[in-house]
Amino acid sequence: MLTYTLRRLMTAIPTLLLISLVIFLLVDLAPGSPLSEVPLTVPPEVRRKMLEAMGADQPVMVRYVLWLKQFFWIEPLYGIDGLLGTDFAGGAQRIISWQSKVPVFQIIGERLPQTLTVVGTAYFIGVLIALPIGIYSAYRQYSWFDQAGTFFAMAGFSVPTFFTGNVLILVFAVKLGWFPTIYDTNLKVTDWDSFYRLVMQMALPVTVLALFNAAEISRYTRSSVLENLGQDYVRTARAKGMGERVVLLKHVLRNSLIPVVTVIALGLPTVFGGAIVTEQIFKINGIGAALIGAINVSDLPTVQTITFIFAVLIVLFNLIADILYGILDPRIRYD
Amino acid sequence: MADGAAPVLDVRGLKTVFHTRSGEVHAVNSVSFLLRPGELLGVVGESGSGKSVTMMSLIGLLPSPPADVRAGEVLLGGRDLLKIAPRDLQSVRGAKVGFVFQDPMTSLNPVFNVGNQIMEPLLKHKGMTKAQARDRAVELLELVGIPDAAKRLKSYPHQFSGGMRQRVMIAIALACDPDVLIADEPTTALDVTIQAQILELVKELRAKLGMAIIWITHDLGVIAAIADRVMVMYGGQVVEHAPVKELFANPSHPYTRALLKTIPSIAGEREARLQVIEGQPPILTGEPVSCPFRARCSHAMEVCGRENPLRRALDGRPVGEGHDVACHWSSPEVAHA
Repeated sequence: MLTYTLRRLMTAIPTLLLISLVIFLLVDLAPGSPLSEVPLTVPPEVRRKMLEAMGADQPVMVRYVLWLKQFFWIEPLYGIDGLLGTDFAGGAQRIISWQSKVPVFQIIGERLPQTLTVVGTAYFIGVLIALPIGIYSAYRQYSWFDQAGTFFAMAGFSVPTFFTGNVLILVFAVKLGWFPTIYDTNLKVTDWDSFYRLVMQMALPVTVLALFNAAEISRYTRSSVLENLGQDYVRTARAKGMGERVVLLKHVLRNSLIPVVTVIALGLPTVFGGAIVTEQIFKINGIGAALIGAINVSDLPTVQTITFIFAVLIVLFNLIADILYGILDPRIRYD
Repeated sequence: MADGAAPVLDVRGLKTVFHTRSGEVHAVNSVSFLLRPGELLGVVGESGSGKSVTMMSLIGLLPSPPADVRAGEVLLGGRDLLKIAPRDLQSVRGAKVGFVFQDPMTSLNPVFNVGNQIMEPLLKHKGMTKAQARDRAVELLELVGIPDAAKRLKSYPHQFSGGMRQRVMIAIALACDPDVLIADEPTTALDVTIQAQILELVKELRAKLGMAIIWITHDLGVIAAIADRVMVMYGGQVVEHAPVKELFANPSHPYTRALLKTIPSIAGEREARLQVIEGQPPILTGEPVSCPFRARCSHAMEVCGRENPLRRALDGRPVGEGHDVACHWSSPEVAHA
């Protein structure tokens, strides 16, 4: 298992390098200039100097190699320095946002926690709702519970989050006034009162995302449990005199979780993508909002870095899915 | 085997019905049989004759709905299994009645090691500690002839061959020293040499442990090799029942006779074509009011179409104890050659 994990980590490196190159080239091909927001009255020679200062006049391959070095070497050094108070980086050039002229990782450090709180909570709640619903729907197939579950899953899955989000805002924030419409990024949790306010402002976006995720995952769980309930080993377990609880929650569940875990692990990175939309609607100043803002002003280093971080997350969760797979199913332990 | 001993299992008038869209299917119709301690009862019949459904009905293994065990008594150790609570039935399954199924490739849970699966009933029914259960599991694996048993406890089903898995299944079924072992075509999915090994193993275990066995099969050769008594089923009913020698020497039901003719012979008869029973087994929708075999029977008479024959003793002993048959044609009153 350990060798397998290490081998998978090794193969992830060329994959990520290739992804980074593709992202870099594609983003570079996109139209727009980093100076599009600079007033036209600024003389050309000043503009040229500005481009030089940003390093934007360099050929794309030079910028790519530089970015690689910064991303994989210099930024981690700054990270270590920040944690341990050392000075490994020695003031080396970081990845700088063309728009705000601050290090991109500083922006990410400010924005990512907002996203993680909302997306992470939503995903966690989504899974927590989905698993029991999926399992019970399968166990009581075609019961009213299963029918209701099917209906809500279909609804939840087919209605996009930007629609449910707006509906929820309209009903619960605007009409009823139960929840705030705007997410306060500066809110620091210091006491029960501020925690309550955090919960209130998270309620709507988390609900939207959690329901969407729960709809998908509960469907997968249901079909997987259904498939396993008909297997011969279930009959064997019953013939051994095992109670229904053991049959369902031990024998069936362990087998059913194998495909579900893949869906859950691989779904998490895509949730970041979905969260970009939700962040816009609920005005959460998260990583998605930062990405959209950077795209709007052709802030290439920020766009490339954030997009690449999404790619890293996808590769990482792929790996996690594979490892969990091996843990759950002895047939695919690779040792 | 002793004729007079009190039966461990006494099944009377068992009726199981499946509710389907095209109506009620009478899969098991008034099946009665008994099983004495240490005895091996062979149950033969083609696919769909109700063999497996009968045995699964006994201990509530059929999913309900669609199955509905409608009538009858299943007396095991003085208790009627059809009347006790589901929870009590759980303590019978695996403890008093062991089950071995047809396909060892799918009957074990792929994600738990075999030690875990053997120990499960021990922990539940025998109240053993984990250490005790582990010792017993090693013992069981040795009993069914798996070498290096202590190490193999940690192996997963996919690391065993088909024959080995069936041995593990037998170990699970025998874990709690059941009074009755029900083997539902345990050798059908195995190749011939492994079949022979499993048969030998079961004979050996039976001599050693003395449990009663119900052996379901459609292989008459297997029956001849191991059974004490044979019950032939057709269309959800027992059509003939006899001690094994008597059945092979003196088959009375046209279906039994036809079945015996389908066995290919090694000596002679090279010129003759292999015999088959023409036609399909019946679909048992609706209350059975006629002989289920009449459509394929070469001796069918007018009475066969309007009256479902009851089991009738042929040798003076009570039905279910000696040789009996459910057939209008082979009844003593009907004169035939």
